[in-house]
Amino acid sequence: MAEFFASSFWTGFLWPLIIMVAESLLLLVVLLIAIAYILLADRKIWAAVQIRRGPNVVGPFGLLQSFADLLKFVLKEPVIPSGSNKGVFLLAPLVSCILALAAWAVIPFDLGWVISDINVGILYIFAISSLSIYGIIMAGWSSNSKYPFLAALRSAAQMVSYEVSIGFVIITVLLCVGSLNLSAVVEAQNTRGLAHLIGLPQLTILNWYVWPLFPMFVVFYVSALAETNRPPFDLVEAESELVAGFMTEYGSTPYLLFMLGEYVAITTMCALASILFLGGWLPPVNLPPFTWIPGIVWFALKVFFMFFMFAMAKAIVPRYRYDQLMRLGWKVFLPLSLAMVVIVAGVLQFAGIAPK
Amino acid sequence: MILPALFFYLFAAVCVASAVMVIVSRNPVHSVLFLILAFVNAAGLFILMGAEFLGMMLIVVYVGAVAVLFLFVIMMLDVDFVELREGFIQYLPIGIVIGGIFLFELLLVVGAWVINPQVTKTITAAIPTNVTNTEALGLVLYTKYIHYFQLAGMVLLVAMIGAIVLTLRHKANVKRQNINVQNARTPEMAMAMRKVASGQGLQDADAAEWVK
Repeated sequence: MAEFFASSFWTGFLWPLIIMVAESLLLLVVLLIAIAYILLADRKIWAAVQIRRGPNVVGPFGLLQSFADLLKFVLKEPVIPSGSNKGVFLLAPLVSCILALAAWAVIPFDLGWVISDINVGILYIFAISSLSIYGIIMAGWSSNSKYPFLAALRSAAQMVSYEVSIGFVIITVLLCVGSLNLSAVVEAQNTRGLAHLIGLPQLTILNWYVWPLFPMFVVFYVSALAETNRPPFDLVEAESELVAGFMTEYGSTPYLLFMLGEYVAITTMCALASILFLGGWLPPVNLPPFTWIPGIVWFALKVFFMFFMFAMAKAIVPRYRYDQLMRLGWKVFLPLSLAMVVIVAGVLQFAGIAPK
Repeated sequence: MILPALFFYLFAAVCVASAVMVIVSRNPVHSVLFLILAFVNAAGLFILMGAEFLGMMLIVVYVGAVAVLFLFVIMMLDVDFVELREGFIQYLPIGIVIGGIFLFELLLVVGAWVINPQVTKTITAAIPTNVTNTEALGLVLYTKYIHYFQLAGMVLLVAMIGAIVLTLRHKANVKRQNINVQNARTPEMAMAMRKVASGQGLQDADAAEWVK
């Protein structure tokens, strides 16, 4: 046994594999529990805006509501329409849920707290989020029904349009950072930026890209709402027009997987916004009372702040009309973000502060 | 070394199998979905070779945008399969010719490498180890090949303008929305208060200017 543990098969292959699987499982469990409470928070915030109580029956203050919903969905019978394309019909929720979860492999929670610290982390997230559209298209087509099909067509156009502006927003941040690695993006906000330029390096909050790139932060926030099909851009599942959109024919666990995938995708976008613009795990001021709090707490706080903004948008903004949505994406955000890419690149180059 | 080899065979096998399924499957939408699977596995092969930027770009551009539009069109087509198969024999000769050319070219790629093993070194450069993959690509693309890069951009621009010119039609009698005008509208501009005499109703003279 002793020579087995000393062998290269164990040290070089099996042990790293066990570590990797354990890390991934831990991340998944923590993430899913967090999603359960984020879902509850969404409903509670929504209720509070409308002066209702929200879910308050299951557990104290309704804290166990999401788990009760989970049990309810899992124990129901999945109904598969006879006219549907069965393989694709069942594959669609799996695709949307697994892709949403896969994006979390590269999100850094704290310095070095990341499952896979790859060079092109931000491109990976961008690629995964552009794949998530397939869950919706496959669901809409395979349901063999009018409403889901129309919803799938809408979502295809909507997500492709807003991906363009998200891409340009990411490029402006990358121009300032000089790396595609997400940990490097956060570190860049710690070591250089506005606070260093004005000579107050402890005030890291001024380093965050939300200040110099504020228009891009707004564009990213609105585009993320559209990309994840959140209100006011939830035309994909606009219940007054399309029943339940692409989820019309779904019930029980497949429906649960769609909902889960949607909320995980929203949380991914919140995490991405807090990494790109709000300094990830960095404290707002690099001085003792703030530095005592571990980085993951700051990260979680920032993610929840972003999610709070998402939830408030759902509660107070009326739904967009489809032509208005397309106009905003192509005629406002695309020129604006394209211009910002040019301006940011020019300022960085001619002010001599471009990353080497 | 066993793990990269395992993943290579996984990606390669799934890629080839899904490429075969693209041709074989009876439903065109299934074909497109298998094509997407083939793209994703090809991206996996790129990443295994250390070209992570190309792999991610393949997913972002081809899978995330091109294949979506492709699927979009295929989904909306009302394809009659019986009619589709009727022309099979008619188009068989040209299909065989094109397939033969492709096979010949593939054989040439492998054949050239067998005849002269040095040939691969004439067109490739070793991946530099001190910079990342993305940086290395940028260093040649924006310096040595900048003119080709700009030319490719111009070709795409021309294609885009061509598509817009072909599809954009301004009809005279279509009502268009001007969002700025809509937002700038005030109640004073949109409403006119009229005192209507009892028992007479609205007369033509009472109508607002813009109705006449």
